[in-house]
Amino acid sequence: MFEYEKNSLTEEIENLVKHYGSDRPALLQILQAVQRKHKYISDFAQQEIARLLNIHPVEVYSIISFYSFLCSEPKGRNIVRLCRTISCDMAGKDKVESAVKRELGITFGETTNDGRITLEFTNCLGMCDQGPAMLVNDKVYTHLNPETAVNILNEVK
Amino acid sequence: MKSNVETKKRSGPVVFSEYQRSEGIKKALQLGRENILFELKISGLKGRGGAGFPTATKWMLTAAANANKKFIVCNADEGEPGTFKDRVLLLEYPELVFDGIVIAGFTIGAASGIIYLRGEYEYMLQPLEDYLAEMRKDNLLGKNILGKENFNFDISIRLGSGAYVCGEETALIESLEGFRGEPRNRPPYPVDTGYLGYPTVVNNVETLASVSHIVLKGGEWFKKHGTSKSTGSKLFSVSGDCEKPGVYELPWGIKIKELLEIVEAKNTKAVQVGGASGTCIAKSQFDRILGYEDAATGGSIIIFNENRDMLKVLKNFMEFFIEESCGQCTPCRIGNIKLMEGIIKIENGDFTFSYINNLKELGKTMQVASKCGLGQSSPNSFISILENFSEEILHTNGKGKENVKA
Ligand SMILES: Cc1cc2nc3c(=O)[nH]c(=O)nc-3n(C[C@H](O)[C@H](O)[C@H](O)COP(=O)(O)O)c2cc1C
Ligand code: SF4
Ligand code: FES
Repeated sequence: MFEYEKNSLTEEIENLVKHYGSDRPALLQILQAVQRKHKYISDFAQQEIARLLNIHPVEVYSIISFYSFLCSEPKGRNIVRLCRTISCDMAGKDKVESAVKRELGITFGETTNDGRITLEFTNCLGMCDQGPAMLVNDKVYTHLNPETAVNILNEVK
Repeated sequence: MKSNVETKKRSGPVVFSEYQRSEGIKKALQLGRENILFELKISGLKGRGGAGFPTATKWMLTAAANANKKFIVCNADEGEPGTFKDRVLLLEYPELVFDGIVIAGFTIGAASGIIYLRGEYEYMLQPLEDYLAEMRKDNLLGKNILGKENFNFDISIRLGSGAYVCGEETALIESLEGFRGEPRNRPPYPVDTGYLGYPTVVNNVETLASVSHIVLKGGEWFKKHGTSKSTGSKLFSVSGDCEKPGVYELPWGIKIKELLEIVEAKNTKAVQVGGASGTCIAKSQFDRILGYEDAATGGSIIIFNENRDMLKVLKNFMEFFIEESCGQCTPCRIGNIKLMEGIIKIENGDFTFSYINNLKELGKTMQVASKCGLGQSSPNSFISILENFSEEILHTNGKGKENVKA
């Protein structure tokens, strides 16, 4: 990471601390904000958050490792989460899964070479009446079939 | 392309009956705390999040607690597989949910309400924030609400980050406090030691939505619906093999087979009542009723027709629990993995009946020895599916799929 990137990240985190406060309940909210913007929470970001909240960096890491929507390694610009729970499974999730894998040339858990998309599985999204369902970042798509799913992903920048 | 969450016009006996924004709050302010608690008590309302604890008792304990701060938390973590009724309430009936939170705040003497919204529902955040802004503008939130001296109350929304266990109320509180969502030992209960150590009511979205109607229309009106042990109505989230999946408001006490008719399910072989942590009910028991006295549920109904491979269904549930266990206690962390090993052995036709019986025993141990509801209920589907479908799964030496009629 370049020095100027570090400075801007520090400034960003300082602003988040100003907004959410520096007591413990703010921690998850700050992590969510960093995750939303950068798609991961770097070591440097973790250290800065720990410093400003006056806790040990390991505390910060232990929170990141607990929540499946937070991560400490870089991911793609867009995170696609296909529901793999029973109702979506019965509605045809397997077909959507193979079509998406074929189209992007990666498997679930991986990121495309151009860093455009990371594919992941997730558990029930609360869309079981309209499955198969997936999240693209925070947007939800339902009634997927292999073709619509691929079309949606091809439109993602 | 736009994301596509469907909404539609609904009607129902209780939750989906007529209600205008703020009616319940106005009535609550007229009634006063004692009368609200009285109506709630009469109504017999029990928590809709799954555990079924009487709401009036929870509120009374918190109202009576001596503390300079109290909280009302709305549990919108809705993570149980097959459950999506809270999504419908939040998107289509925010007035019921938010009025319910304000009424709770007034009754227990809280100044803040918090909605814990699962991370998967982040797309609702902006519309809900906009809705709260409207309420503030109309003095349904803020200072001296609707002219009531010293009734100051506001609501904030906090997001989860993809952890099913955070729906458990003490894990939820840990998460709100900025920690890992690991369930606490209970007691102490949140009504005594909750968010930041203050007395806290944690209620499900649907519970709070029901409160708005009860306060407006009375406990006796609510009680007219349902059965004597399960009063009122329930929102059922129906998915799986049927023509009309979706959210249905039906009175408690309805038979499973009646529900199957309503949603146009054909050739049904089994129904999973209560999601992955619920039980699997086979065709021979479709006369059973949905209610706290028989088949209790937070509302998840998943339907399987004759063509489904029940071992595959069970495997999907166990994968869910292995992923979502917080890992804090041994029965759940290790037990779920052991049950999964059993499922794989069955799949490969490589098991003995005494081994399966041992696993069922292990499941029963997990039910009593696990620290929270996750590990206490994760063996339910293992035990009920293997018992109900032993012929399909065990008598075919794991080749169940090929022997099931198409
Ligand atoms: C693993 C687990 C997950 C839970 N998830 C939820 C949930 O998503 N929503 C909910 O309202 N209750 C959930 N509960 C139940 C809560 O612990 C608690 O009983 C409920 O929020 C109380 O509200 P009620 O009395 O209005 O039902 C869960 C419990 C367990 C053990
Ligand atoms: S039962 Fe499972 S989820 Fe609950 S505390 Fe123990 S390990 Fe965690
Ligand atoms: S099972 Fe996929 S959204 Fe519920």
